Amino acid sequence: MQALTNRSKILERKPMTFLESIYLWNILKGMMITFSHIFKKQPTIHYPEQTRPFSPVFRGLHVLNRDEEGRERCTACGLCAVACPAEAITMEAAERLPGEENKYREEKYAARYEINMLRCIFCGLCEEACPKDAIYLSETFTPASFTRQSFIYGKKDLLIPDPVTQPAEFAAAKGEGIKN
Amino acid sequence: MTTLLAIDWALFTEKLILIAVIIFASLGIALYMTFAERKVAGILQDRPGPNRAGPFGIFQPFADGLKLIMKEEIIPNTSNKALFVLGPGLAMLAALMTCAVVPWGNKLEIAGRTIALQIADINVGVLYVFAVTSVGVYGIMIGGWASNNKFSLLAALRGASQAISYELAMGLSMIAVLMTTGTLQLGEIVKQQMAPGHLWNIAYQPLAFLIFLICAFAECNRTPFDLPEAESELNSGYHQEYSSMKLGFYLFSEYINMFISSAIMATLFFGGYDVPFLNESLLSPNVAALVGIIALMAKIVFFIFLFMWVRWTVPRFRYDQLMNLGWKKLVPLALANMLITGAVILWLQK
Repeated sequence: MQALTNRSKILERKPMTFLESIYLWNILKGMMITFSHIFKKQPTIHYPEQTRPFSPVFRGLHVLNRDEEGRERCTACGLCAVACPAEAITMEAAERLPGEENKYREEKYAARYEINMLRCIFCGLCEEACPKDAIYLSETFTPASFTRQSFIYGKKDLLIPDPVTQPAEFAAAKGEGIKN
Repeated sequence: MTTLLAIDWALFTEKLILIAVIIFASLGIALYMTFAERKVAGILQDRPGPNRAGPFGIFQPFADGLKLIMKEEIIPNTSNKALFVLGPGLAMLAALMTCAVVPWGNKLEIAGRTIALQIADINVGVLYVFAVTSVGVYGIMIGGWASNNKFSLLAALRGASQAISYELAMGLSMIAVLMTTGTLQLGEIVKQQMAPGHLWNIAYQPLAFLIFLICAFAECNRTPFDLPEAESELNSGYHQEYSSMKLGFYLFSEYINMFISSAIMATLFFGGYDVPFLNESLLSPNVAALVGIIALMAKIVFFIFLFMWVRWTVPRFRYDQLMNLGWKKLVPLALANMLITGAVILWLQK
């Protein structure tokens, strides 16, 4: 059969030479190779103490964003839920009452906003679908847990800290990739 | 008559303490050998190895031991229960019994008594070691057979035939050494090597040492001769049905065997507790004994590292390769070595 690539090697099975048949010399050569590995740099990342840096485009845990004045951007239009291929997003809309202008940016807001992290495939389509820049995928990933219920993230888990009252926490949650 | 029957209680307690110290030291060293094995494996493969339990992971062996003790004890229903329990016990017993004849150091002097740092300097020391290591095979055989499992039985058969084949070459290589030393007493062999103007036995019998080393690997079921534990072909070998501390005993006895065979190799070929280029008789006896113990331990640690180094370098031999190497290469080589040694001794005597 004709080879498809020129990378295939034809093996010649010769009988072992004397040096090969007494094994010792080759074992010694192998031992020198393994010994040299003692002095090699270990590529290990000691995980909880050290973390690998993620790129700014990493698609991790979702955050619900706020604007500069700390108002929630989400208007509960439902486009993210429609775009979601895993059907992980559920929301309930509510109308903004007079006096709540400092809490919600638009007249409508999400009273309940839930993402099932076990269903989510972290594709980032919700982020692309959002017309209000309200949902973003951050540079962290979902922590492990013991119950299924705890993987359903509500608004209190997702909402980013207020940039006005908690600027440090906000900056930490925002990461590099999220525009305000 | 009463003086003949009187028990020397000081000697009795002295030996009892020595036995306790040596047994616990062997167990402790074996415990840390499991840790060293994992650490060496890690470092040779560019990994850090276990490093979570305590600083540098030094409490890892205790965590492993605790895990083994706490695990559920399963004895298969169709097994021969008495033999099933006997197997790991026998393996452990044989492993620990060997350390009785190893001279761990020179004589200590405490409160006017000279204490030999050797449990029993019997005049058939080398034979005793061979006899007890042969009993160790029964641990594997009985355990594998009593499990009533095809894979265990196959592994046990392999282990037994391997041990018998390599014991032969080992014994023949030893005969050449014994021809030069002229004694079976391990303490005497060390004293000969310590004598001024006399080199270590490795200088007189390098080939015998090589054969002995290879056979020691096979006797301890270490890679490249770990066929009784071949995971890929026999699931996990003769201890497949074992769980909890019975499995622990099997694994542990392997490490103790390694420790003891390192000690035997150091004693027979590398001068035992002899420190090279140092005249021990110039030091006070207690200091000399202490230095000797440290020297012996350093030699043992080197051999243990060699065992681990080889394990994480070479793959396992095939069964026919193992038998070919044993019967067609090592046995003739050992016989030739014996013949040459005999001829040279005769020639020197003329």
